[in-house]
Amino acid sequence: MPKVTIDGHEIEVPKGTTILQAARMIGPHVAPPTMCYYSKLKTSGGYCRTCLVKVTKGSAQNPNPMPKPVASCRTEVMDGMEVQNNTSPDLLEARRGVVEFLLINHPLDCPVCDQAGECHLQDLGYQNGAQKTRYEFKRREFEKIDIGKYVQLHMTRCILCYRCVKTCEQITDNRVHGVVHRGDAAEISTYIQNAIENDFSGNVIDVCPVGALTDKTFRFKSRVWYTKPMDAHRKCENSKCSGKVRLWFKGEQVLRVTARKDQWGEVEDFICNTCRFDKKKKSDWEIEGPSPISHHSVISANHYTSLNQAKIDTLKHQRALGFIPMKKLDDK
Amino acid sequence: MGRKLLLHNQNVPGINTLEVYRTHGGYASVEKALKTMTPDQVTEEVKKSGLRGRGGAGFPTGMKWSFLAKPEGVPRYLVCNADESEPGTFKDRWLMEKIPHALIEGMITSSYALGARLSYIYIRGEYFYVARILENAIKEAYAAGWLGKNILGTDYSLDLSVQVGAGAYICGEETALLESLEGKRGNPRIKPPFPAVAGLWGCPTVVNNVETIAAVVPIVNEGGEAYAKIGVGKSTGTKLISASGHINNPGVYEIELGVPVEEFIFSNEYCGGIRNGKKLKAVVAGGSSVPILPTDLILKTAKGEPRLMTYESLSDGGFQTGTMLGSGGFIVMDEDTSIVKNLYTFARFYHHESCGQCSPCREGTGWMEKILHKILSGKGTLQDVDLLWDIQSKIEGKTICPLGEAAAWPVAAAIRHFRSEFEAYVKNPASIKDVHHYYRLHNLAEA
Amino acid sequence: MGAQVHGVQKFDKEKRQAIQFSEKAMEEIKEIISHYPDGKQKSAVIPVLHIAQAENNGWLSAEVMDKVAELLKIKSIEVFEVASFYSMFNLKPVGKCVLEVCRTSSCWLCGAEDVVRHIEKKLGIKDGETTKDGMFTLKTVECLGSCGTAPMLQCGASYHENLTIEKVDALIDKYRSEGRSRFYTDKDYQNTL
Repeated sequence: MPKVTIDGHEIEVPKGTTILQAARMIGPHVAPPTMCYYSKLKTSGGYCRTCLVKVTKGSAQNPNPMPKPVASCRTEVMDGMEVQNNTSPDLLEARRGVVEFLLINHPLDCPVCDQAGECHLQDLGYQNGAQKTRYEFKRREFEKIDIGKYVQLHMTRCILCYRCVKTCEQITDNRVHGVVHRGDAAEISTYIQNAIENDFSGNVIDVCPVGALTDKTFRFKSRVWYTKPMDAHRKCENSKCSGKVRLWFKGEQVLRVTARKDQWGEVEDFICNTCRFDKKKKSDWEIEGPSPISHHSVISANHYTSLNQAKIDTLKHQRALGFIPMKKLDDK
Repeated sequence: MGRKLLLHNQNVPGINTLEVYRTHGGYASVEKALKTMTPDQVTEEVKKSGLRGRGGAGFPTGMKWSFLAKPEGVPRYLVCNADESEPGTFKDRWLMEKIPHALIEGMITSSYALGARLSYIYIRGEYFYVARILENAIKEAYAAGWLGKNILGTDYSLDLSVQVGAGAYICGEETALLESLEGKRGNPRIKPPFPAVAGLWGCPTVVNNVETIAAVVPIVNEGGEAYAKIGVGKSTGTKLISASGHINNPGVYEIELGVPVEEFIFSNEYCGGIRNGKKLKAVVAGGSSVPILPTDLILKTAKGEPRLMTYESLSDGGFQTGTMLGSGGFIVMDEDTSIVKNLYTFARFYHHESCGQCSPCREGTGWMEKILHKILSGKGTLQDVDLLWDIQSKIEGKTICPLGEAAAWPVAAAIRHFRSEFEAYVKNPASIKDVHHYYRLHNLAEA
Repeated sequence: MGAQVHGVQKFDKEKRQAIQFSEKAMEEIKEIISHYPDGKQKSAVIPVLHIAQAENNGWLSAEVMDKVAELLKIKSIEVFEVASFYSMFNLKPVGKCVLEVCRTSSCWLCGAEDVVRHIEKKLGIKDGETTKDGMFTLKTVECLGSCGTAPMLQCGASYHENLTIEKVDALIDKYRSEGRSRFYTDKDYQNTL
């Protein structure tokens, strides 16, 4: 099995593992950020360039460094490879450049964006962004289009990660939307005002790293950090759907249903549209307990002080996923 | 006069027809290869010739061919890249229009070497009429038995067709070209895998430029070694140079690699010097994406040696003082040319042609164009020049395909060599009005 | 660019039903599809869109793209993705003669801006607009590979090179008097040097 060293941490990984996967195995402090790669979607990744890393040694056999930074999500490790991520100042500078590119045309409308609080671009900007923009021109605008009753498209927020396109191609029974036009005029669109409404299409909301595709049934209902995520399940009639979901409560009311997400913000199981959009009563579900949320997340603020009942399960769950558990839950 | 291997018959009347082409020695390489050589022997000759990809990257063709995976039972493809779109380059069009059979002959011989049974010529959509010329030539070749089943009675069969594009510079990038040939958007693929392993429809594929494929004909006819004797060092053979801009004789010239740049610009055999008796200001030597060089650096290297038309000499000094041979798109600018405005046309071009797949190119190219537009509108600041420099450095090397570099290099070179001109524009905006940007066409009523 | 397409274009089922390509076009399409191995007919989408565009007065409507999808047995969105990517496909109606003036480096160096300004003045339209009589559309484009014969413009399949103001005038007059549409797929291209 090839051995690779990333930021000084050596790890042995199965052949065919990408640098990104190897870095994730080492841990979140080494893993590069990703905006377009999605481990559950084939051929995803390579577009956003935020996961670029510097390969300072190609392999034991060919120790030459790679001439340019490479997309860690699409580059397989070689035995003896040495990689720099957070330890290379040039690379971090390059990454700040990529983040700046992603933000110059972004509307920065977080105060009215439903994704705020669980937006990967917010996190990325927080970690790598500049305080002030150097872009002084008019930001890009698109004509609004309606893509159906479930999903709200805000094209100005889109970073063209292609995740939703790949989701519809690989998870749903029919892809009706895609990326049209090109260059900085490229946009997500359906074939002339078609609606994205087939069985698993709601998953595009979960895979979207930004607020470009949001849940119409949750629109402007609440900021996510005022809702309380609980893991739950039901016996779903759709054989492709596991029925394992996350319910977002405000009081006793379920405001939103999403798939469960892992430590990297990726869904664990894709869920069907019925579970997502039509089962909004608490009684539709068997509640398992509070969802594991990173203590870095704004969503975790102030929620769990009195939920003793689910405490143990949650801790187990969190540890299994490699989260650093919340301090409060830790002192038993 | 240098030797000509590709265009020697360009002025023969009727050379575009199979009959005349054949009487001038056409299709000899197919006869020689199919009847007397194994495919590997053909590849071997190409290796010996030292031929390098003529599309711009200059990668050794024989080596590219030898990388082609040959798994049993899987078809292999040869695709000719006739998506010539690099500003300043029009040599492939010239060759295909004047001597279409030269390309078709090269395609047959090269396909035989690679074991391809189905080959395509992917031509840019704007060259629709050239595609018609090629289609007619292919029809002639089928009728005469040079294409189709059992060519020359051997067991080698080949089908060849022309595929037109529809306006996208990016399809000149080989994986974008393959995507387009598969009927998709021209988005470059993420490599690896390289086309030699997984190209057209996932099968092993070689993509070569028009001129590269045409050069296989003389290589097979006369032998790789004879070809390698022409030229200088690792720049072997002849090269088609597209000369344009402020010169007396624009056009396509076939040169033996190694001609001094000075001779190429000023000799009557080639460009014939600068129009209207003006002085030379700058040259873009290898198509829009290579660094622009001012007069002193294009004529002589930083060491003071005469600069030659070779891959090595043009890139002598790296990007600090050198450039690249690229696709051979040689754009000459006279003393009155605004380097900033010329750069703006390049920046606009790359902005227009970015496929939009990866963030640095999608966002950066448009940003650079906007800043250059601001400077040309007299609203620029010194910070804008620095910002432009910073943006290009953040695009270069961060993108999926080389379009990022192609967009960044011209900006970097223009600022590196002509910074004072940018500064003059931002310090004295009024002066921009008076810059004589280009030649006015006569009889124009008002400025 | 084409962001307006959504607003402009509505899919009209009746129009879609009415679309029929000429027999000649259908034959050409069949011939093109035969260039690819079985099951790879999607490869034909670009050449087929060129034919479809010529059959539809020089532009691709939602209905026409849908027809192409049907002919090639692919999804409509796949056709739209491709049609909107390439600059030679018009997603909005255009004039009978689209004058595409190159303006990149070499053409600019040799006076392309004068050509554009002259056409704008002569026809009373701006870049991207169509004359009221529907005869001409002016479009500025990027490098067409005619740098040595700059400035130049393309109209349909024909290249018009080494332009002067007189040549542009003569060309426009000729096209106007002939009055017919010109497409990339025209076989009777008439290049002028």
